[in-house]
Amino acid sequence: MAVVRLRGPLEKLAGGPEHRVDGATVNEVLQGLEREHAALEGWILDERGTIRQHINVFVSAEPATAETPVGADERIEILPAISGG
Amino acid sequence: MTELLVGTRKGLFVLEGEPGSTFPITARHFVGEPVDYAMREPRSGRVFAAVSSPFYGPRIWYTDDLPGEWHPATGVALPRGGDQALKRIWVIAAADDGRTLWAGGDPGVLFESRDGGATWELNRALWEHPTRPRWRRDSGGLSVHSIAPWPGQPERLALGISAAGIWLTDDGGTTWRHGNDGIVADYLPEDTRATAIDLCVHHVERAPNRPERLFMQFHGGVYRSDDAGATWTDIAAGLPSDFGFPVVVDPADPDSAYVIPVTADDRVVPDGRMLVWETRDAGATWTPHGDGLPQDAYVQVLRQAFATTGEGAGLELYFGASTGEIFGSADAGETWFTAASRLPPIASVRAAA
Repeated sequence: MAVVRLRGPLEKLAGGPEHRVDGATVNEVLQGLEREHAALEGWILDERGTIRQHINVFVSAEPATAETPVGADERIEILPAISGG
Repeated sequence: MTELLVGTRKGLFVLEGEPGSTFPITARHFVGEPVDYAMREPRSGRVFAAVSSPFYGPRIWYTDDLPGEWHPATGVALPRGGDQALKRIWVIAAADDGRTLWAGGDPGVLFESRDGGATWELNRALWEHPTRPRWRRDSGGLSVHSIAPWPGQPERLALGISAAGIWLTDDGGTTWRHGNDGIVADYLPEDTRATAIDLCVHHVERAPNRPERLFMQFHGGVYRSDDAGATWTDIAAGLPSDFGFPVVVDPADPDSAYVIPVTADDRVVPDGRMLVWETRDAGATWTPHGDGLPQDAYVQVLRQAFATTGEGAGLELYFGASTGEIFGSADAGETWFTAASRLPPIASVRAAA
């Protein structure tokens, strides 16, 4: 199981900063995270199932996409992007 | 004491003050996030905010205790697994039954709540309307931005959509029909105008004590309907420009409307003269009001940034500018004062006394 680390409003919605979630890819893990924490629905993945444009996902500290493979016990961090103004 | 809920690019500002004086900021919420619209439901007192988080997407939040905790409403989303995502909520409107609310947004969507705004549901009939492929995005998106409820009859609604024209329902949104007769879109070729549905409505307001009457600011044209939105008459003669965004009405006078014309080319007030134009004869004549307003201001007023509270001689008017000022009138537009300055760019203003 991967360990998903959340911050800010995501941490509050999920009831804590760390969550162990099954999944072979980032997308599978994020979908599993939503299933376990319904309050997160729509916050990371939009209605199309796409990671929101200004959210960055890192797998073991490396930038990742929805298709990035996730190994057992890998750490997934979900962070707001450097953007805005 | 009048309360102003001000949606800005950098959060929701709550201002409270006495008409004629500066309104202090009493609270900030959603700091740093774009708040496209905020309103207080008058019967329950519940406050709603449409927040477009650049990170986590658009959402409606509500609170029953304004200094207290906000809750995300549920159901404000498009069908999962589709090919589109909700981009923004533009407007929230309440029926007068204390339960029913509507929210309009981009991409051309209407949500309904029957429980006072905690849970919402997509209006499928509009979402799946067979004409939808002919709707056109404008520079602001494809937006349900105007919702005009019919007092006492929550099953009757008029919507304004950019750019898909006026939509009407008499059965609570089960079926929808166009209300575009008489609207002339001079941005389209002449031989396509008669059948066009990609009509860029900028805002629609209903006269509440004569609900078959509506006023519309169009993308080039100011119109009035006396038959509940079925047909429209151009009433822009006498205005310095037929272009603009907001329109408001005096709830006590169905012949009244106020607009803030801007020039079509640069979308700011003509010649830097900020004037609010009033009609009291249903658009036959217009009177400018600028006493107290800057006459060297090249600013824009967005469609949701003009609000009223009260009526008749006690009608209060407030509008917010792209430059962060809020101007108010406590005498139905005769004279104006500066209620606030140097706020972030203002998207919406709603007033409650």
